[in-house]
Amino acid sequence: MKMTKGLSVLLGAAAAIGLTAAAHAGQITVISWGGAYTNSQVKAYQEPWMKKTGNTIVSADYNGGLAEIKAQVQSGNVTWDVVDVETSEAISGCNDGLFEKIDAAKLPKGDNGAGPLDDFVPGAITDCAIANIAYANVIGYDSSKFTGDKPTKVADFFDLKKFPGKRGLKKEAKVNLEFALMADGVASADVYKVLATKEGVDRAFKKLETIKSSVVWWEAGAQPPQLLASGEVTMTTAYNGRLFTPAVKENKPFVIIWDGQQQVFDNWAIVKGTKNKDLALDFVGFSTSTKPLADQATYIPYGPARKSSAPFVGKFEDGKTDMAPHMPTNPDNMKNAIVQDVKFWADHYDELNERFVAWIGK
Amino acid sequence: MKFLRPNLPVYASSLEIAWYFIFRAICVAIFIFLLAPVLVIIPLSFNAESFFSFTSGMLKLDPAAYSLKWYRDIFTNGMAAPEAPFSLAWLADSWARSQWMLALKNSVIVGIFATLLATTLGTLAAVGLSRPDMPFRGPIMGMLISPMIVPIVITATGMFFFFSKIGLAQTYTGLIMAHALLGTPFVVITVTATLTSFDRSLIRAAANLGANPLTAFFKVQMPLIMPGVISGGLFAFVTSFDEVVVVLFLAEPEQRTIPRQMWSGLREQVSPTILAVATILVILSFILLSSLEISRRRLEKMKLEPSA
Amino acid sequence: MSLAIDQNALTARLAKAERRGKIRAFLLVAPLLAFVLLSFVIPIANLVTQAFYGDLVSSNMPKTTAELATWNGTMPVPESLCESFVTEFKAAKVKDAALPTRIATLVNREFSGSLSKLRPVANNELSAPYCGALAKLNDEWTKPEIWNAIKIVSPSVSPRFFGSIRPETEENKIHLALFGRTLYVAAAVTLFCALLGFPIGFLLAHLPARTSNLLMIIVLLPFWTSLLVRTTAWIALLQQNGVINDTLVALGLIADDQRPVMMYNMFATFVAMTHVLLPFMILPLYSVMTGIKPNFVRAARSLGATPFTAFWRVYFPLTIPGLGAGCLLVFILAIGYYITPALVGGQSGQLISNIIAFHMQKTLNWPLASAIGTLLLAGVLLLYWLYNRLVGIEKMKFA
Repeated sequence: MKMTKGLSVLLGAAAAIGLTAAAHAGQITVISWGGAYTNSQVKAYQEPWMKKTGNTIVSADYNGGLAEIKAQVQSGNVTWDVVDVETSEAISGCNDGLFEKIDAAKLPKGDNGAGPLDDFVPGAITDCAIANIAYANVIGYDSSKFTGDKPTKVADFFDLKKFPGKRGLKKEAKVNLEFALMADGVASADVYKVLATKEGVDRAFKKLETIKSSVVWWEAGAQPPQLLASGEVTMTTAYNGRLFTPAVKENKPFVIIWDGQQQVFDNWAIVKGTKNKDLALDFVGFSTSTKPLADQATYIPYGPARKSSAPFVGKFEDGKTDMAPHMPTNPDNMKNAIVQDVKFWADHYDELNERFVAWIGK
Repeated sequence: MKFLRPNLPVYASSLEIAWYFIFRAICVAIFIFLLAPVLVIIPLSFNAESFFSFTSGMLKLDPAAYSLKWYRDIFTNGMAAPEAPFSLAWLADSWARSQWMLALKNSVIVGIFATLLATTLGTLAAVGLSRPDMPFRGPIMGMLISPMIVPIVITATGMFFFFSKIGLAQTYTGLIMAHALLGTPFVVITVTATLTSFDRSLIRAAANLGANPLTAFFKVQMPLIMPGVISGGLFAFVTSFDEVVVVLFLAEPEQRTIPRQMWSGLREQVSPTILAVATILVILSFILLSSLEISRRRLEKMKLEPSA
Repeated sequence: MSLAIDQNALTARLAKAERRGKIRAFLLVAPLLAFVLLSFVIPIANLVTQAFYGDLVSSNMPKTTAELATWNGTMPVPESLCESFVTEFKAAKVKDAALPTRIATLVNREFSGSLSKLRPVANNELSAPYCGALAKLNDEWTKPEIWNAIKIVSPSVSPRFFGSIRPETEENKIHLALFGRTLYVAAAVTLFCALLGFPIGFLLAHLPARTSNLLMIIVLLPFWTSLLVRTTAWIALLQQNGVINDTLVALGLIADDQRPVMMYNMFATFVAMTHVLLPFMILPLYSVMTGIKPNFVRAARSLGATPFTAFWRVYFPLTIPGLGAGCLLVFILAIGYYITPALVGGQSGQLISNIIAFHMQKTLNWPLASAIGTLLLAGVLLLYWLYNRLVGIEKMKFA
């Protein structure tokens, strides 16, 4: 008797919890890259949008790539609504019917009245995705680990004698092959020309082979600063904003080598077959409007994809650090930069990455 | 330390005494191996920095190197307005939107329903299995225990394919079924073990006195096997509360549980908040385990007293 | 005469009662049995069939499949084959934009590089003669390899996914090596658990009940704390700037730049898995050891045996059932391990379960994941059967 009573109380409580969870107006699931980056999006996009519309966002992380989205579309269990993807994935996913088409002309105007098609910087709008920010893949190091000369260029990353210690690399072909070629003496302007040939790909892998035994592979953007801080590696590739936050907020001795930085857009795309397409579109429109984009830059040094946001970019959330010198687009940082060839990677990602994964496992 | 006091026979040689102490030292080392990892995360969860190591400030016991911010983060991460002053509205916001609160709600809902399902089905089956006239006892028992033995990745993969087909993937029902399945072997095993010491003549006695089988079960058998049922149910709950692989394969982001949230904390979004959560979980399981031990002792005392 | 009839009636009635008892017992088990069938046995049977069955090509390109079945491998391929291939491949794109890439990915696994040859077929305007049009797109279409690859993936029922576990190419060797590594890690972890579990079992079994119950809490506390909590703890302990390395450096035992690598490798997998599985060894050992009468060892000693001989010749053989049960259980659990290696193992600490998850979630090669899973399942079931024969599953105990 007592037992049944206890059970019914438990059941009632569980049901009540379930009801509060479901009592909201609308809810979308937004997938992004985690860590400091997702935090900046939560502060600049999600919290204001939730406050404004009364809807809820379930925020979760992934590590890029289209595999999870393909799995959802193939098995018919679409549960992600909006995903933060790189442009090359946005293009190939759009081709393969994984994303909904987005009519960019219907996005909000800029705060200065500019139409959306003019306001976004070139390359920020594709058929299925709208860019929010531009970031850079860079090499960073822990300056306390090198007492003499400090590394200054991409080639130093591959120089294990002069700069000893383990290296952190993302477990993905993209970005690594470009760095390898640049370190091997290919001019930044020619990287994709060389990479388009079989010899060029072989050359990149050969260069990577020289440091393979010293590599610690990472998958999530939050890992490189962790690897540096824990001393697991002395030098690593990373997204520039991930190294900035610990360096400024926690005074970690992390230094970015801007030489050979590779710039990429991050975009919002809407997964095909979502049940919340309208809400998702509303969120994409809101978060890529002038103010939220500029706000994001107060949390992480990534460049807004709208021209009208630029005047609003000021200081870091601490109120004293100027963001401009930390932006990938700062002229001082642009000297030997490349812009990722999204068309190349949209076409060759699968094959090169497959070879890359097999190469790692060998 | 009581267990260090030698209580060797007088004829023990000096070699034996030496070995006695060496053996104790080895045992202490193994206990440290068992316990240290669980203990070390507790101080680390008060780290003021966002990394997984002791800072020099922490070693000097500098109060500034310690902070409760990761505990605060459990409540605020994901809120619409985390900076708002503490109030009922703040609590409601945290309850509705905090990522960890969401995970806690999911873990509790899935855990409770999975436990109820597993305990009911498991207890019934154990009663059937322990009847002397049960046919095909061996093979059936083997099959019922196998969810515990088959690698969890295989189970989760199989469920992903099949549940996708029948529309159970990414639903609470599917998740509860999966977790109940993983909990049933524990219930079957513990209840069967209690039933082996159950005197079946008690049921016949009850029948003789006019009880129908249902009454005999609930009034006679059930109270006696209750300890087994409860500990089986506890195991089922802990199994569900700790399960991550099935959740990885079957759940949508909104259905993530505490272990799932910790998993992404460790894989993707490395932050000491998971150390804070881990600390809370360790304290909870310590309380659970010691109260089990205390109640077990009390039970033993009760059993002993009448004969004494 | 009448007695015999009575006897027959009695036997019949007894049999009836027995049958009723059997049915009643079975009915009690039936709900769980049905539940396990629905949520476990059928899904796993379905998984095993996935390893043999895949109709992506045959259902979307039936004509091509039929023509390839009769094609004998000689070049040039008949124009009719080119035509049905091009039209069906384009039609697949109209049906579902994701289909061409899915089919191309399948072909690419058989013949690397096919992806970039197949995709343009769906995306470009092609007109008759189709073989010529294909040749204009890419030279490879005049060679047999790519057609062979399509032929291999086209039948709906085939054991080809087990093929990729055979050691024919570099890439396939990975899977075989992983099976080997998994067995090696499981064996090593079993050995470590036995070495660490034996003294603890012995200690607990021979201490007064009060003390041993208290110590049992220490054994069980890790058992009851979340697996993820414990794995987190090992990360904090073992990493480069982790607690262990920091302590060793602070004590001056190692130089600051000579810190050993203990994380994200096989070592970390060993340590964390041993920690997780140790209670499964201690519990059966403990229950066997408490049942061993101290008189046996005392008798051996009084008959002149040295302490070591008495232990090794008398005590140890009596613990074999517990040791065997513990080892087998730890080994079975270890070969299916997933979470701990995934979090602490790095590249070299990955086991076979991790590769199944990798193919499920990253490469989306679901049939291959099913094939590897089927082999692992067969191995585990064999060991399980052995365990049941030697130990008996009803002997399994917790807490």
